[in-house]
Amino acid sequence: MSLTTTPGEFPTADPDAKGARPADGAPMQQSFWTDGGQTVWSWLGTVDHKRIAILYAISITAFFFLGGAAAALIRIHLFTPHGLLFSRDTYNKLFTLHGVIMVWFFLVPSIPSTLGNFLLPLMIGARDMAFPKINLLSWYVFVGGALLTVIALLAGGVDTGWTFYPPFSTIYSNSAVTLAAVGVFVVGFSSILTGINFIATIHLLRAPGMKWFRLPLFVWAMYATSMVMILATPVLSTSLLLIIAERLFGMPIFDARIGGDPLLFQHLFWFYSHPAVYIMILPAMGVISEIVTVAARRKVFGYAFMVYAMIAIAVVGFMVWGHHMFVSGMSPYAALVFSFLSFVVAVPSAIKVFNWTATLYRGQITFAAPMMYALGFLGLFTIGGLTGLMLASVPIDVHVTDTYFVVAHFHYIMVGASVSAFFGGLHYWWPKITGRLYPEGWARFAAILMFFGFNFTFFPQFIMGYLGMPRRYAEYPAEFQLYHVMSSTGAMVLAVAYLLPLFYFAYSLRFGEVAPANPWNATGLEWTVPSPPPKHNFDQIPHVENDPYEYHAQGHAPEHGKSIHRGQGDGPVRTPPT
Amino acid sequence: MRGGLPIFPVEADARSVVTDHLFFGLLGLSVAIILLVVSLVVVFSVRYRRGSSAKRGELPEIVSKEFEIGWTVATFFLFLFVFWWVSSSQLSGFKAPANALEIHVVAKQWMWKTQHPSGVREINALHAPTGVPVRLVMTSQDVIHSFYVPAFRMKQDVLPGRYTETWFKANRPGTYPLYCAEYCGTDHSQMLGEVVVMRPADYGRWTAVQPQPNDLAGQGGVLYRSLGCGSCHDAAGPNHNAPSLGGLYGQQVMLSDGRRALVDETFLHQAIVQPDRNAVAGYPATMPSYAKAIDEEGLNALIAYLKSLPAHAGGRS
Repeated sequence: MSLTTTPGEFPTADPDAKGARPADGAPMQQSFWTDGGQTVWSWLGTVDHKRIAILYAISITAFFFLGGAAAALIRIHLFTPHGLLFSRDTYNKLFTLHGVIMVWFFLVPSIPSTLGNFLLPLMIGARDMAFPKINLLSWYVFVGGALLTVIALLAGGVDTGWTFYPPFSTIYSNSAVTLAAVGVFVVGFSSILTGINFIATIHLLRAPGMKWFRLPLFVWAMYATSMVMILATPVLSTSLLLIIAERLFGMPIFDARIGGDPLLFQHLFWFYSHPAVYIMILPAMGVISEIVTVAARRKVFGYAFMVYAMIAIAVVGFMVWGHHMFVSGMSPYAALVFSFLSFVVAVPSAIKVFNWTATLYRGQITFAAPMMYALGFLGLFTIGGLTGLMLASVPIDVHVTDTYFVVAHFHYIMVGASVSAFFGGLHYWWPKITGRLYPEGWARFAAILMFFGFNFTFFPQFIMGYLGMPRRYAEYPAEFQLYHVMSSTGAMVLAVAYLLPLFYFAYSLRFGEVAPANPWNATGLEWTVPSPPPKHNFDQIPHVENDPYEYHAQGHAPEHGKSIHRGQGDGPVRTPPT
Repeated sequence: MRGGLPIFPVEADARSVVTDHLFFGLLGLSVAIILLVVSLVVVFSVRYRRGSSAKRGELPEIVSKEFEIGWTVATFFLFLFVFWWVSSSQLSGFKAPANALEIHVVAKQWMWKTQHPSGVREINALHAPTGVPVRLVMTSQDVIHSFYVPAFRMKQDVLPGRYTETWFKANRPGTYPLYCAEYCGTDHSQMLGEVVVMRPADYGRWTAVQPQPNDLAGQGGVLYRSLGCGSCHDAAGPNHNAPSLGGLYGQQVMLSDGRRALVDETFLHQAIVQPDRNAVAGYPATMPSYAKAIDEEGLNALIAYLKSLPAHAGGRS
């Protein structure tokens, strides 16, 4: 496999990257895909982090399209003020299904359990996770819990919304709340196990010379995310247990009639669920840092600040939960404190946006599909973050909380930013994971379609939210119809954009060109091993002597054609794979 | 579809103007930041596209740690300023003015009930005069709801087992939609109402033609007598086993577990439906719960009656 390709080319445009096209269906080279057995049990019993990542990828893809189908039905229903398709009860169950599945079974595990699982050992020069069996256990726990919940959501239905607010969820709802809560409770353990595993791996298994401040930012993102996972998830588990205890056994916890406090649940729930937003966005930030640097052939601007910013977000993120409760009846002075902290937590996010932008300065920028997603991320994340500042302002929040304004805001962060980054990362590491190149033209088309489809869907929701359209309405006043029609039309475009990768990735798996070890000319240890990596990752554990993202000499941006790729001149030199 | 394309909600309250100013301020700031980021990204993307002739080479001095610290601090102070600006303009709005008209709201699946001090009751509607601050004292009979009037930029959750408050001072006559904004079950989207704002003279005329056997406190007095509250609370002499209720509202009382509590609406509510929760020091805990005997609207009337009692008057009226 040639390692001396022209710098910065796209895979499809790179003459040297073109491997011989193997006969259709011909077996791939020895890799983790084949090595270790091809039986079903060799997959279901695997402790190889790469295979576990694939198991996760298949599971969460299924959940993504299930949750996405619910979203599509919701948007079709809302074409008309009285609703096109469903009864109010069915509509309520549908948005609950959408929220529960997307938050807990797609967004929270998405990047960490797939790209994280696959790449973390490769990026730090390890042969596997610290606890390979726990890694497999976490997948079983995830699938087991998720299936319980999905059965509850599909068979009986749950009509509480993903937030499970009591006393509605504990006393008034006649739906399968208990089973759904048990499932989410179980899935929480999967998050905790994954978090512990990542932290132990990063602490214990870094290759010689891989100092903390030589870690790729993606690894730092996994580290910060794991911290949030193991500290916040137990609180969610506790609050769900309390819901179950009150619902099944009538324990007086949230029921005000017998001395309970319904607001207690909201405090516990948001103490998890706000940090959970950072569980979703920190990994995305890690992915974007990898993509922007390789696409611009530049060192990341302010590496140390990028690390500190992620840690600051993870820490301060624990102190802002009250901004979900400004209108709940909390003390106005508490609201002031939470408002202040919410402004503070926005600072490191803003710094990261500035740093990604500055990384482009004097680069040699190319615009392959991963970079298209990264640029989309930058725009959508900025809009999501700035509307977050509006929501951190108490008087504005009082008006727009629980309206479509909030719906639009968190979709900009969780879908616009996180899902864009997930797709970007999937395209960027696709050649590494599968050993095949994806069709670049289709991929760029899908990225652009996703960006516009997303904005068509969610931007009108800002406007109708400020006009006062409440969320979770099965039917709505006619004056909002035009905005709903725009939003629903956008959602149809978005659905097509999300389906496209399914097809061209499947095509690429079978017919894609064979990928070289390092199609992007990227630094990073994962690019020093063959694509796809062998079962044991590294024949020889590498010795790391360079900082990350050494695409050019310190203080000197790369001129075109000069030594800006690995293995030559001032590029990073690492132990080559055998 | 009717009425074309609404762009902006009506402002029908002085505070809605303040909220909109804050919103537009932040919107302007946001647009400026987005334009800055987008134009930098576009300029860099075009200028530094691969193979362009733009100069690279030695990086200028400005690309340094000091530069980074500079924009971090600048961002922090910018956000601090915005926080100060937003928060200072809301501080005055925390508490309703003392002379506010007090209207009680009871929410239940899936309906709003309102009670005026004059005793007038409405369902899914609230009539209010312009120019007079109106304080809403709200509670729920079942799950959590949220009282939302976009024209006032006003929203407040309505909880079971306690009273929450908000207030408005309408300045533009008209009929404005009222929504439930906290998901409350099957017919959440049907829990709608309207706030009808009238000139004070019209409001007076409207009140006068409503059927009103008794004002709210008067209705509470009827309940007080029919429930037999006075048999304990009005008893005098050495063997009285219940506190006298006259002038109690707004006082601090000692509880039997040593806590002190302010007697407000929520305290009185709990004292009636969960008497064991905050037993007052010096009296035997003999009072039964009246949760089954009286609904939330009755509680509102009863509490209005208790608030109307002068000090040392007992419950005799």
